Formats: sequence, C-alpha cells, structure tokens
Amino acid sequence: MWEYTDKVREHFLNPRNVGEVDNPDGVAEVGSIACGDALKLSFKLDENNRIKEAKFKTFGCASAIASSSALTEMIKGMTLEEAKKVTNQDIAAFLGGLPQEKMHCSVMGKEALEKAIENYQGAPAKEPGAQIVCECFGVTDREIERAVRENNLTSVEEVTNYTKAGGGCGNCHDAIQQIIDRVRAEAKPAVRPKLTTLQKIKMIEEALEREIRPSLKQDGGDIELIDVVGNRVLVAVRGACASCKASDITLKQFVEVKLRDLVSPDLIIEEVAP
Amino acid sequence: MKTVYLDNNATSQVAPEVLEAMLPYFHDLYGNPSSMHSFGGQVAQKLREAREQAAALIGASPDEIIFTSCGTESDNAAIRSALATHPERRHIVTSRVEHPAIKVLCAHLASQGYRVTELPVDKNGLLDMEQLVESLTPDTAVVSLMWANNETGVIFPVEKAAELAHERGILFHTDAVQSAGKIPIDMKRNKIDMISISGHKLHAPKGIGILYVRKGTKFSPFLIGGHQERGRRGGTENTPSIIGLGKACELAARHLERENTEVKRLRDKLESELLARIPQSRVNGDLRQRLPNTTNISFEYVEGEGILLLMNEYDICASSGSACTSGSLQPSHVLRAMGVPFTMAHGSIRFSLSIYTTEEEIDFVIEKLPPIIERLRNMSPYWTSVAKACAAV
Repeated sequence: MWEYTDKVREHFLNPRNVGEVDNPDGVAEVGSIACGDALKLSFKLDENNRIKEAKFKTFGCASAIASSSALTEMIKGMTLEEAKKVTNQDIAAFLGGLPQEKMHCSVMGKEALEKAIENYQGAPAKEPGAQIVCECFGVTDREIERAVRENNLTSVEEVTNYTKAGGGCGNCHDAIQQIIDRVRAEAKPAVRPKLTTLQKIKMIEEALEREIRPSLKQDGGDIELIDVVGNRVLVAVRGACASCKASDITLKQFVEVKLRDLVSPDLIIEEVAP
Repeated sequence: MKTVYLDNNATSQVAPEVLEAMLPYFHDLYGNPSSMHSFGGQVAQKLREAREQAAALIGASPDEIIFTSCGTESDNAAIRSALATHPERRHIVTSRVEHPAIKVLCAHLASQGYRVTELPVDKNGLLDMEQLVESLTPDTAVVSLMWANNETGVIFPVEKAAELAHERGILFHTDAVQSAGKIPIDMKRNKIDMISISGHKLHAPKGIGILYVRKGTKFSPFLIGGHQERGRRGGTENTPSIIGLGKACELAARHLERENTEVKRLRDKLESELLARIPQSRVNGDLRQRLPNTTNISFEYVEGEGILLLMNEYDICASSGSACTSGSLQPSHVLRAMGVPFTMAHGSIRFSLSIYTTEEEIDFVIEKLPPIIERLRNMSPYWTSVAKACAAV
C-alpha cells in the first residue's frame, strides 16, 4: 500500500473542481491511457486576467487525481505569470508530499498547466528540437533535462519516478544517464562558486542552524562550530552526542555529507575537544 | 464495519482450527524435535502427523514432503536443484506469466549464463502445447510452469506438460501455490517431479511452505545445514507452523468440494452481476480453465488503484494489475502477456474468494462497486460521450 498523506487521501476522496470549464481560455491534455495516467486541464480568466475557474479530468491513480485537484485549487486567483511559476514541487508540497514513485503525478500537473497557458497565449505546444528519449512513455530530452534540473535528480531511477522515462523496456537508461551527467556538469559551476573563508563560515553556520542541529536535537544531541581552517571544519559535539559511541558516524555520514552538499564538496569535518 | 476480504490469492486467514492446533507448540510443547528426550520427541511425532496430512492433500507419500519457509523458497530450491543435478544442461523453459518467485529467479539465472525460454500465452492466458514441445531440447534441464495463475486463476495443463517433458528426459516443476487446496491434485496420477506449495494461501500461517520432490528424483539441497528434513533442508523445524500447515492441508482436503461448488457459485455470482451492472467491463482469462475462487475483471477507462482505494473506504479488499499498484510503471506482466489492451489492463481488479466468503459479502460488493466505477469514470477524460454511447449499446 502506498503511504499517502491525509491531504492526498482527502483530495482523492473529495476532489475539487472536477470537470471541464465552459468556453475555456486555455485547455491542455497530457499523458495517455497507455501510460496509465492522463490529465485534461481547462481554465478561464476573469476581467483582471486572473484565473477565475480551473477544472480537471484525470485518468490515473489516487495521487494523480489528488495532484490535479491540488493544482486547480492552487492556481485559482493567480495571474498567468504567477501560475507559470508553480512547480511540481509546489504541487507535491501542497499535498504534504508524495511518495517518490508518484512524483510523476505532480510533474504531469505542472506540464498540463504549462501547456494550457501556452494554449491560451498561442505559444508553440512542443518545445522546438525536443527529441523523444523514452519511447515507451513518449518522454523528451527536454522534459528529462528539466526534471533533473528542477528536482536535482542524480539517478535513472529518480528520473523514472519523476517523469516515467525509463520505466518501460529500459532501452533508454543509457541515454537518460547521459542527460543526467550533462545537466549535472552544467549545474556544478553555477552552484559551487569559489568561496571566501568568511562566506564559507557563514554558509556552514547557516547549514548547521537550518539543516543539522534540528535533527540532532531530536535525539537530544547538538553540535557547535569551533573553527574553520581551510577546508577543515572543526566542531565539538554536545548533549547526547558527546557520550554517544555513534557520534563519529553521525559526523561523517550526516553532518559532513550535508555540509558538502550545501556548502562545498571539499569540506572535511573534524571533532575537537571543546 | 466488517472487512470484506476478497484477496485470498494474496494471503488467507489462518483457520481457527489451525491456530488451535498450533498454539500449544509455542509455549508448552516448545521442544526441539531432534532432541533425545521425550519432551522434544513428542513434537517429532506431531511433525510426522503433519507430514502425513500434507502428503494426503496431494496424494504423495510423506517422505516426498519437504517443509520450507515459503513458496518462494520451494521454487528456488526446486529450480536450483534441477540445475545442480544436471550441470551439463544450461536451458530452462518457463512461461511469461509466472509468479516473480520463478520469473525473477529465471531472469537472475539468465544473467549467470543460463538460457531461458519464456513461453507465450494466448489472449485467454492459455499455453500453446506445441510451442512447449518445440522449446524442449537436449540442453533443457528443467521446465517450470505454474499450475494456476495467481492473477487470473487460469489453469495450465501441467500434468500433460510434465509428460511431454518426461518423454524427453527433462525434469518438470510446477508452482502449485494457487492451486493446492482449490483443485484436486493427485501426485500418484501424474509425472510431475517437484511442486511448490505455500501455507498462507490455504489458511495456514505465513512463513511455511512445502516442496514436494518425487521419490527417485535427484535432489540437491538449497539450504545446507543440519540433518532436518532428511538432510534436504537444514534448519530447525518451524514446529508450530508445520503442525498448523498439516492441519490446514487436512481441512483443505475436506473443503475441496465446497471450494468447487459453493465458492465457485459465489464467484460466478459476483462476476456475472458486476458484468451486468457495469458497462465496458470484461473478464480476463479463460472462463473454463480457471480456479473456482478467482475472477479478474477489467473496468475500462478507469485506473485500478483508485478503485481499490475507494473500495477500501468500505473495507472491501481486492487487488489490481494496474501499473500504479504494481510499483512499476507498466501494468501486470500477466495481462500484458495476454495482450489485454492498456485501456483494460490499467483498470483490472482481481477478486479471490475463500470458503469463508459469505453471500452477504458478495452482495455488498455487487452493490458498492458500480457507483465507484461510475464516480471514477466521471472523473476520467476518456469517459467521453462516445465511450458512453458505446457502453449503452
């Protein structure tokens, strides 16, 4: 059984805005019955060019129906510029999260929204030059690139969870991996600029505050930044961590991994006596 | 609300008589049957009885019964033994619709250099026996074909298939997990070398299974250790479960007729009423060569997970071959092998009954399901005016 949040369940059992808008301004249909899910989205604007009405019809599982329902609720009252900024993560977040394997339902919502807006604005429906990569589910390289970029995906399996690409015969796995490698290679320099020591300390402190200390505190532990010397991050452990035999592992596998991810891949964490 | 459990091909309730038979062996009679003292010895006596009960269900002799931990272990042990005892042969014949216990095992063996032939099935899920014959070569070590399909209930003519294999000196194994206790099995009247049975599909607990190995068939153990099961499966016996399984086999033999009359009648009622009340629905799998307790029905233009979750609101339990419920992105390999169109495969629901299923439960499902399908169809972009018109004809 899938682990759905109460919000997903609630939107599945009581979906909002089912149907089709009369005389819609924008309409789009994505997915197909062969793929196992499909969504038809239509919307109407008010006199201020805000979305007055949005409706959906969905063929698919509970999370596809819930994602569609969530999407229509979210975009009501938005201008098209605002609606364009809605991402698949926003849809998933609105529902309190989706299982990894179901993230493609939120991506389907995002795609339908984008296409419906294009339909209204008269923009080309298909991105120019896009090539089908996954024949089974008709997913293009552009779609995969975007999912990798926006969701920071690193593996073929993740790409399948988000876009369905690669979920059929598996012939395109190499091609998907190449796209992942390409996008990640592009992304690196932008995400990881050379840091001054001061910037580094600030970012480490922020990462500790936001991402690391709250988790440690849940287990009664804590951590304090003592100094940063080059790439060596000197810390002292506090609370339950100080007497915990596994604190080395926590430092290496959690704190260091997090800091490398959030600040700089060269960081080395070291424990010092307080 | 009472749970309406129509998912007995997934697992079944432990029969009250089975539980009662097991209970003393957890606490009071916990001895090891291998011990020298009579405290353990009395358990060994009880295991002998269970082995006789299990053998009786399938017309085997007790020393042909090996107790294992589950159907999957039995399948693994059987196939690996066949390969180990015929090391010069590198070919396995199976079908496209096997349970993962065989399907994934064979894929794994293929990655280790074995050649695997997966026989196709027709649109009713039936085998082409001519293709089976054509697939058999001097290099074939074993043929493994399921007795009855877990998703559709379709029955393969395994007794005939075993003869064809035997004529060519090839071992024959069948996964009988779904057929044991549901249709008659008599090992005295067939030539099948090995069969796998799972306890929890016939009202014994989970975690216990049987591998039948015909007397005279060479066997190479899968689990190596102590002398248990006459050296064919090491590991201290799961005494309460074996005793429970023995009791369950005895009950299954007694209930076999009811399974094929009363359970079948309820299954047929459920099937015909649903088909009559819900347009654009159809049964997957051959209607005659089929288990008495199983029906697999497709409801076009809707997706199975949604149906299951809405039925879940009424505490009705069934399962689906849709992509969304399988954890993969493609619908069930069984329905795909049968060429069931995608529009149908995604909306397939399997109902599997047991002797504990009541008429009231069946009536309840017949009442609740049609509005569920209608509700989901009204949400579906494919349930267009055209589709509705087709359905009305």
